Amino acid sequence: MEAIPDNAITRRRRNELRCALAVLVVLAILPLPISDVYTQNLIILTLFYAGLSQAWNILGGTCGQISLGHAFYFGVGAYTSTMLFTHLGIPPTLGMFAGGAMGGLMALLIGWPCFRLSGHYYVIATFVVGEIGSLLFLNWDWIGGASGLYIPFHGESWINLQFRTAKLPWHYLFLTFAAATWLVAWLIDGSRWGFAWRAVRDDVVAARSLGVSVFRSKMAAAVISGFFTGLGGALYGQFVGYIDPDSMMTGSLSVLISLPAVLGGVGTLWGPVVGAAILIPVRELSSTFLGGSGRGVDLMLYGAMIVLVALARPQGLVSLLALVRGGRNARTA
Amino acid sequence: MPALLEIDHLSKAFGGVAANVDISFDVEQGEILGLLGPNGAGKTSLFNSISGEVTPDEGEIRLDGRRISGLGPVACAEAGIARTFQVVRSFDSMTVLENVMVGAFSRHPGTHAAMRAATDVLTFCNLLERADRPAHALSPPEKRRLEVARALAIEPRIILLDEMLTGLTPTEAQEGVALVRKVQARGITILMVEHVMEVVLPLVSRAVVLDLGKVLTIGTPEEIVHDPEVIRAYLGEKYAPAA
Ligand SMILES: Nc1ncnc2c1ncn2[C@@H]1O[C@H](COP(=O)(O)OP(=O)(O)O)[C@@H](O)[C@H]1O
Ligand SMILES: [Mg+2]
Repeated sequence: MEAIPDNAITRRRRNELRCALAVLVVLAILPLPISDVYTQNLIILTLFYAGLSQAWNILGGTCGQISLGHAFYFGVGAYTSTMLFTHLGIPPTLGMFAGGAMGGLMALLIGWPCFRLSGHYYVIATFVVGEIGSLLFLNWDWIGGASGLYIPFHGESWINLQFRTAKLPWHYLFLTFAAATWLVAWLIDGSRWGFAWRAVRDDVVAARSLGVSVFRSKMAAAVISGFFTGLGGALYGQFVGYIDPDSMMTGSLSVLISLPAVLGGVGTLWGPVVGAAILIPVRELSSTFLGGSGRGVDLMLYGAMIVLVALARPQGLVSLLALVRGGRNARTA
Repeated sequence: MPALLEIDHLSKAFGGVAANVDISFDVEQGEILGLLGPNGAGKTSLFNSISGEVTPDEGEIRLDGRRISGLGPVACAEAGIARTFQVVRSFDSMTVLENVMVGAFSRHPGTHAAMRAATDVLTFCNLLERADRPAHALSPPEKRRLEVARALAIEPRIILLDEMLTGLTPTEAQEGVALVRKVQARGITILMVEHVMEVVLPLVSRAVVLDLGKVLTIGTPEEIVHDPEVIRAYLGEKYAPAA
């Protein structure tokens, strides 16, 4: 075995891993002194969206294929796991992987036609296909149609991912989810795939002249992204105990999935994490103070945030960190 | 034994524009072949066909006797055809080393192996000290060299250079020429587009001159500069030697 090359890339990656470990330790300790249910839920949701948006980021950020149809993969994952649980008694700890597989499969089926489009056409296509998918689910009686499905409670259990009132299990479950998606993104980042996908995002013509298969790259990114989105949907279904197309599959959920990454920094490892840590608390606070009067308010809020970031920091908030670091390097250089 | 690259009666039109008309010539293993011609002569279009970016309407391109036309850019790259772009392209979110690694992965699937191979290529192209710069921060001549480095990283048998010396100062162009010679010394065959004759002719063993999509003439540098057709195409009617 030859030694690992010592260069800027390997050093950066080692640092990222160290950072992630530190963050993981802090987040593992964080809930222990907190007893307030509202705050507990807020942290749990933040972790959840950090993971979900990381999953989106694998396709939308690393590979540059901005999807606004991810709520469909999310919903399909939740329905798959729930149907397996209620009809066949398969525990969600297994069912969530089936949900992920279905999410990945849907991403493949939708990617097949949509990846032939580029730019805005691709974005619009994913949105439309996602909406059509949710309409199909709304009218599909076997899976509960518009009235949705309650997930029957079979008693406190890690196997079934059911906890009556305890919040700590959810905290660690979603922390694991966020950590797993981060780790997968980190692994991809350092691999042949990550390089190929970023090349596809930056310049398709140059990418394929170097032997990078553009279509295959997009499909691979879509499957992995869809898998973790579907898995997240299955977990979320267990968390809320009830799923319906309106809460699990709408276009506004698709936007919400993408938003932490967009705010924090598309295609960066920490973007989804930073973005979720800002967006989810703001969203919860606004719905507390403005009342749950309508979904319009949160959409307006997201819109305003996107416009703000797009105007002030198109590369996302984590680029502020790079700015600080860059400034320091410039001075020492 | 067939030539390394054979262009066999190739034609390509874009809408009504005939970019390449019935073009035939061979590129021999190890040589530097020049591809000359005024702007719009069809040089870049021909490169697009050879590199698989477009499919010719008629005719065939063979590498080592095997047809490669119509197989697409990925298959052409795998077969050993690399290219640079007249309008420089780079992966701007990546560093210089990462840009070259994208190419290196095609021969070295492991990250560390690709890293080592890309580092070697950067050393070869005199770009190693720029390895960790973002690609977009390079100077124009460095960007040209990055294009060559990225192309070399796929370990090609033949490399197509599209005006890599155009727009450079004489000193920079001399460095470019030196790099081309080094690439040839590695055993890589070169097909290079350049429309500054003084730069190209000393480098090449033979040159193909295109005009209005057709082959005007093929010959050694000596033959090219004395060809009345070439003089006419380049300098206009009044410079042509009286018949
Ligand atoms: N993709 C394309 N679509 C339409 N026309 C093209 C395309 N590529 C080249 N052409 C046309 O083909 C002709 C030859 O262009 P090109 O190959 O770029 O010439 P050169 O590289 O010799 O300057 C030009 O008239 C150009 O407009
Ligand atoms: Mg050209």
